[in-house]
Amino acid sequence: MNEQELHDVVIRALTEVAPDVDPGAIDRETSLADQLDLDSIDFLNVLVSVHEQTGIEIPERDYPKLSTLDAAVAYLLAAQSGDAGSGT
Amino acid sequence: MPALGADMTSGTLLEWRVKPGDAVKRGDIVAVVDTSKAEIEVEIFEDGVIDELLVAEGAKVPVGTALATVRAGAEAGAQPPQAAAPPPAEAAEAGTPPIPPAGPAETPPPPSPSPPPAPAPVPPPPAFSTPPHEHRLRVSPLARRAAEELGVDLAAVAGSGPGGAITRDDVERAAAGGTVERGEPAPAAPASAAPGPSASGAPATSPAAPAAEPGDRALAMRQAIGALMARSKREIPHYYLQTQIDMSRALAWLAEENLRRPMAERLLPSALLLRATAKATAATPALNGFWVDEAFHPGEGVHLGVAISLRGGGLIAPALHDADRMTVDEVMAGLRDLVARARAGRLRGSEMSDPTITVTNLGEQGVDLVHGVIYPPQVALVGFGAVRERPWAVDGMIGVRPIVTATLAADHRASDGHAGGRFLTLIDHELQRPEEL
Repeated sequence: MNEQELHDVVIRALTEVAPDVDPGAIDRETSLADQLDLDSIDFLNVLVSVHEQTGIEIPERDYPKLSTLDAAVAYLLAAQSGDAGSGT
Repeated sequence: MPALGADMTSGTLLEWRVKPGDAVKRGDIVAVVDTSKAEIEVEIFEDGVIDELLVAEGAKVPVGTALATVRAGAEAGAQPPQAAAPPPAEAAEAGTPPIPPAGPAETPPPPSPSPPPAPAPVPPPPAFSTPPHEHRLRVSPLARRAAEELGVDLAAVAGSGPGGAITRDDVERAAAGGTVERGEPAPAAPASAAPGPSASGAPATSPAAPAAEPGDRALAMRQAIGALMARSKREIPHYYLQTQIDMSRALAWLAEENLRRPMAERLLPSALLLRATAKATAATPALNGFWVDEAFHPGEGVHLGVAISLRGGGLIAPALHDADRMTVDEVMAGLRDLVARARAGRLRGSEMSDPTITVTNLGEQGVDLVHGVIYPPQVALVGFGAVRERPWAVDGMIGVRPIVTATLAADHRASDGHAGGRFLTLIDHELQRPEEL
């Protein structure tokens, strides 16, 4: 997946968990949990959805690395190329 | 109209998912109802065939109003539809102007063309408003006594208590509304009870019917929460206990477990706290149940109400059913599912109506402890604050440990501090053996 596709994956996951969120209003560099009022269960649901859409495995210790929209996309891009064996 | 939470007095029928003639099974979603808090999917608790829909889409009706009639499975197809007996009684019982059922009010008696003219001396078919355990009526002793004194037939009373239990208030409302005895010819009643024109979908009650504006809903939710919490503080003699729990074993176990689990099966600390609470609750029956009509009624099973804050304000506490019999994985899966559906507004009626104890976890907001307000008619509320690193003395040494403060707010009418203290200690013990949760 390219950067735009991964961006769309994250947005889709966010709107599944928080249907009232306006994707256009998300600040790409601010914590998603803070600006969208996500608790740990919401955030886990977002990451699981991302995983289900991409096949990318995200270890628990890496969760903080996906805290903003930009950071999440960058992490997924890197994980995808560095981990050719898994999924897509 | 089932009571989808103790704070609900009426609901708007948004959508029927069935039509007359449809076969239904226990647990099927038959309608979507808007409470002041959320849109809730209402399940049916009977197998059978939908006979008649009594409330039109868009109508707002009081709790206790029959929504529809259903023929029991055995008779389905064998008999012509029976006269819809319950509506006049139940609508009148609810204490507000009855809503003319959309269909029958316009139909002059005799109602159904096919059966013989004699008034059918059959008991009314069960309605959706009769909740889960309706086969044996749930009636409090006070309500039973009141029913005897007032000559009210309990079988014709719609219960508004926990799990559909009939309370003294229900009986008194039924008596005031002039209840209809079982077997009394019903067809004439709807028309006489509701003389007004029955424009379908235009009920005579509140003008604010369906599709509430967001502002209205927020206001309605605050009012519902306010009424319930004020009642709690007014009626329930709360006592409060708190204890600090060392979470190092639980969190170490959790981290190790999660390392070898696929993402979708990983656990959060909340799942351990809920599971420990469920086990402790099962061992402390005095905290698990309802205070109704001046007596404690133990819950059947441990249905943990999980307080979930709603985006845009307010909160809702749907039940995780039979949490005492779940594995920690099942608790985690159930929690994820409940939170996701609560956020998306797709909770089910049974989840809203029967938690036996509630847990609130405000740790993520960074607070250290919660002195909770009990949800009536429940008798206890368990709170967890943030897990924080703190200096902690063990074996004469000071170390730094992750600590959570657990609190209990309990109803002193139903239990004493001794039971409450034992309960919190049990939660602590459970969390020291996470592998056995």
